[in-house]
Amino acid sequence: MEFLFYFGDVFTPFNFGLLLLGTVFGLIFGATPGLSPTMTVALAIPFTFKLEPAAGLILLGALYTSTVAGGAVSAILLRIPGAPANIATTLDGNAMAAKGEGAKALQLSFLASLVGGLLGVFLLIAVTEPLSRWALAFGPSELFWIAILGVTIIGSLDGGSLVKGLLSGCIGMWLATIGFDDMLGAQRFVFHPSLGGGINIIAALIGLFAIPQVITMFAGGRVDAAAEVIKVQKHRISDAIRELMRRKRAAGIGTIVGSIIGLIPGVGGQIAGLVAYDQAKKLSPERDKFGTGHSEGVIAAESANNAMVGPSLVPLLTLSIPGSPTAAVLLGGLLIHGIFPGPDLFVNHANVAWTFINSMLVGQILMCVIGLYISGVAAKIAQVPKHVMAAVVLALAVFGSYSVQTSMGDVYVMLSLGVMMYFLERFGFSAAPLVLGLILGPIAEENFAQGAMIANATDGLGPYFLTGGMNLVLIALVIASIAYSAWMELRSRRYISKEEIIQ
Amino acid sequence: MSDLSLPRVQHIVASGVVALVGVWVTYLSFTQHPSEAYVFPRLIATVFVVLAVWTFIKACLGWTKVGNGLSGAHFIRLLPGLFITMIYVFWMAKGLGFYTATTIAFFILLTLYDPAPHGAVLSWVKRVIITAVFLAVMYGLFALLLKVYTPREIFF
Repeated sequence: MEFLFYFGDVFTPFNFGLLLLGTVFGLIFGATPGLSPTMTVALAIPFTFKLEPAAGLILLGALYTSTVAGGAVSAILLRIPGAPANIATTLDGNAMAAKGEGAKALQLSFLASLVGGLLGVFLLIAVTEPLSRWALAFGPSELFWIAILGVTIIGSLDGGSLVKGLLSGCIGMWLATIGFDDMLGAQRFVFHPSLGGGINIIAALIGLFAIPQVITMFAGGRVDAAAEVIKVQKHRISDAIRELMRRKRAAGIGTIVGSIIGLIPGVGGQIAGLVAYDQAKKLSPERDKFGTGHSEGVIAAESANNAMVGPSLVPLLTLSIPGSPTAAVLLGGLLIHGIFPGPDLFVNHANVAWTFINSMLVGQILMCVIGLYISGVAAKIAQVPKHVMAAVVLALAVFGSYSVQTSMGDVYVMLSLGVMMYFLERFGFSAAPLVLGLILGPIAEENFAQGAMIANATDGLGPYFLTGGMNLVLIALVIASIAYSAWMELRSRRYISKEEIIQ
Repeated sequence: MSDLSLPRVQHIVASGVVALVGVWVTYLSFTQHPSEAYVFPRLIATVFVVLAVWTFIKACLGWTKVGNGLSGAHFIRLLPGLFITMIYVFWMAKGLGFYTATTIAFFILLTLYDPAPHGAVLSWVKRVIITAVFLAVMYGLFALLLKVYTPREIFF
């Protein structure tokens, strides 16, 4: 119940103002196709430099929560998922809107997001602190394997190819070694003065997530791609609440599936929404209505993708392993304030951790209330032409990456990585494992070096890193994540693209 | 090898470039000094090069299933934007000053990709207004609120 002590910090005028701001902008950005939650949070990090750590995290957390929910607006009214997490919402949400039930679909999506989101954050509260206390017992060898596990899980589960996912993770880990070696102070792989201090993680995050989107918008050419917004008719919120109560099973399935999937690093909201939709359909007596504008489809998908938000932060806050690309960006937001998540976060920075988590709880309620009122406006803003959006995002990326250390070198690194990532993505590589490699690389190296020193003084490298109960469990998990992904790839069942759903 | 399609050739080239980078990283990791500083990079580079070469072999054998490659039409459409972006970041921002460079690049990008006919006067007015409003917001955010000192150079 320690979190209750820090509840008041969320309601200081400044923090609450930031929470409101983050929620409103998150809903609008979330509703804008092409602006993913990860990219939105990455672009917002430079705005948190001048803020206190807790205030900065409140802003980032509010953006994360509300971009996921806001993505439902364009999924329902434009038939374009605002984020991958909203793909499943498109299936029935847009069909409802086409039948003249757009307002009802929007209300149900925000109410279901609230239910799932609240329970997801409660799970985060319940699980995080005990897990972090348990993680205090980890030594360098366990932390090394945990970092490797973080990269292999995301590398093998994210994207379409196991080998390319793992290769992306390796590229990220190699990029993390550029610059000064912490132990000997030697410069490594510095082939341009901009890289002298290594690759700045914030500039890299902005480049890797924002620039490929900008180039993708350029590649769309001079087309008027603004989708038509389906007009909504008024619908009473009380009726939507009653409908949600009637569809408890769908909300329950969505919340449980989303929470469980959120806890697994690397799986993400897209899978949560689709799995919950599929399960709700299988267990519904009205399964024939799914896909034709059935409210259960919207409820299951939206409760799942928001239930995933809280638990997806558990690996980050307890083990310093970001469970998703957005969590990796949040880790960047923590690191710039000198806060390193992991076992001692709740010991040394309990106020920051709990204020952040509490703000996500309050943010879920704000997201629902504000979302119900501004979803129509958000859908209009979501129609901003792609060429304007591309130019805006590019300028924000340049200014944002420059402001990290007021260094042009960071801007060069940001653009170079972004352009490289665009072309790599065209050939099946994925940004998420690369980012995880970049973030977890230094953790893995530091613990490898510390472990090597201990090993040299004791039994040697092999016994130190490859024996011991926890090491063996972690190694087994690394192997299992790769083997599972290889098996799934052989079955060719695991990938569904946004385009396939829309078609 | 006569049935090489464009995407397959592209996959071979792309994975070949990645494999070359992998080989180069591995070479550097095993030859640079002090060698103690390269213990971890050697570990990573070994896995990197194995996976990269495996990806290259898969591409050569036509086993690559993921990734659509880049069509000529796509490439031609993105080229002007990418070119302006490169000029903006690598030369204009430092040479002319951040805000001047951003204004020019922003306006050129809007003009290049605006679906409205370029002969329409109204579309030019619209783009000028959008550019002015956006730059005012950026100046307010970064110069006044966040107090980020950006390179001023020749202009502003």
